[in-house]
Amino acid sequence: MTGDPGDGRIVVVGASLAGLRAAEALREEGFTGSLTVVGDEPYPPYDRPPLSKQVLLGEAAADSTGLPMRRNPEAEWRLGVRATGLDPLRKRVTLADGESLPYDRLLIATGTRARPWRNPEEAALDGVFTLRTRDDGAALAERLAAGPQRVLVIGGGFTGSEIASACRERGLEVTVTERGPAPLVGALGGTLSKLAAAMQRNHGVDLRCGVTVTALRGDGGGRFVGADLSDGSRVEADVCVAALGAIRNVEWLADSGLAAGPRGISCDAGCRAFDMYGIVTDDVFVAGDVSRFPHPLFGYQMLSLEHWGNAVAQAAVAAHNMVSPGPLRRPHLAVPTFWSTQFGLNIKSVGVPTYSDHVVIAQGSLEARRLAMVYGYQGRVTAAVTVDMAKSLPYYQHLIETAAPFPPGSGAADRPLAAEIPIPSDVPDPKGLSHGPTVALTGYLPDRRLTVVHPTG
Amino acid sequence: MRIVVDLTRCQGYAQCVFLAPEVFRLHGEEGLLYAPAVPDEQLERVRQAAAACPVQAVLLGEEVNPGDR
Repeated sequence: MTGDPGDGRIVVVGASLAGLRAAEALREEGFTGSLTVVGDEPYPPYDRPPLSKQVLLGEAAADSTGLPMRRNPEAEWRLGVRATGLDPLRKRVTLADGESLPYDRLLIATGTRARPWRNPEEAALDGVFTLRTRDDGAALAERLAAGPQRVLVIGGGFTGSEIASACRERGLEVTVTERGPAPLVGALGGTLSKLAAAMQRNHGVDLRCGVTVTALRGDGGGRFVGADLSDGSRVEADVCVAALGAIRNVEWLADSGLAAGPRGISCDAGCRAFDMYGIVTDDVFVAGDVSRFPHPLFGYQMLSLEHWGNAVAQAAVAAHNMVSPGPLRRPHLAVPTFWSTQFGLNIKSVGVPTYSDHVVIAQGSLEARRLAMVYGYQGRVTAAVTVDMAKSLPYYQHLIETAAPFPPGSGAADRPLAAEIPIPSDVPDPKGLSHGPTVALTGYLPDRRLTVVHPTG
Repeated sequence: MRIVVDLTRCQGYAQCVFLAPEVFRLHGEEGLLYAPAVPDEQLERVRQAAAACPVQAVLLGEEVNPGDR
């Protein structure tokens, strides 16, 4: 590095939403050096949210969701090759094809992958899918278009629920199994999870909660034909989608000395990675689903988010900080936001609903299936979720950002809130759910690292 | 050309649905679905939709061509 932060060599590992937006932002910020983007999938950056919606409905092809560029980042794209290691001392990223890329500054945006069904033999049955990539979306959409008798979705999180919604819209029979008491309970808490369960059943989903799938069955010829459940029942189905949450792509960093673990790579508010001793690096940055960062609105706990909007916002901050001298760097303080559309409802969230002890319905009602629910923690507004009431969300975001008292004052509410009694938010331990959390408060400490020492000679 | 809608920003004003109904549609009362690949004959309508969006959530652009630096 010449000392000019606008010059030198930058490598971005990860060619999805965060990687693309960071590459664009680096050029916008005036970076004139060499820029290389590495992606393990063979495709240019594409958008994933449509894969569980338009693509499964057959309204858009899986290969049509390529992300538009805001500007050409004039990067060298190394697609279809996986990064396999990082040497932070020699400042090199090694690739699966044996090449080693030198960098002056590195951005890690390797994201997550779908958690596969736990039994590899059963997961390999024809008809068993996960949904994360463009190839996953294409394969599952093709199978749904062929008109299966029944689809089994394991896991009632957002992805599983959206898949079930698409199946019902296509007129397919679908069974959803969820180990927890209701769908979406891990993200939205008890009250809204009851609405989610009612919506699924009203739309004809065979919803089974409080059960786990104990085995997937094949026909002897390698084709999936059904599953055994923990309550002793059996589901006959010809397609199965394991919607069990995500695994962070950090394995390639195992020997890097970075604070990389199952909950992501720990970084500071400026997106700089921590090493395993909690010492901040100054040339390795992190953005998107693979990051784990402190947030002042949520007690400075480290947050892990699998949110589209976070990837965009954090990529912009990381890029800015990669090419800016220390005092001009910015913190990543964006309030988490999220959306899901399923069973004809538009669910949007701001803040962290799981960081709550009580909730109150501030507008609308469960009966109307149109509402704004506000979440509070120790007397402060920490989150809000709207169902078909998105226009109200910015108001609640302002309450969160200003640490407004909970329950909130009248404000946007359509009736006096004093009459409402906050009820417990009823957020369960994610350990009891089929799917992993899409938002996780991961405490203050670095991930615990265990090192096996092999005595020699 | 490709589009992506920032659905974090989208508030369901549905101006895009009126201006380019073959590309954008409402799913329920305010959920938005769209065709990410824009056919050439829809480009002008999509440009208008992007310009008319009250929260400027529609991004229209070329996708990355890895061979083109």
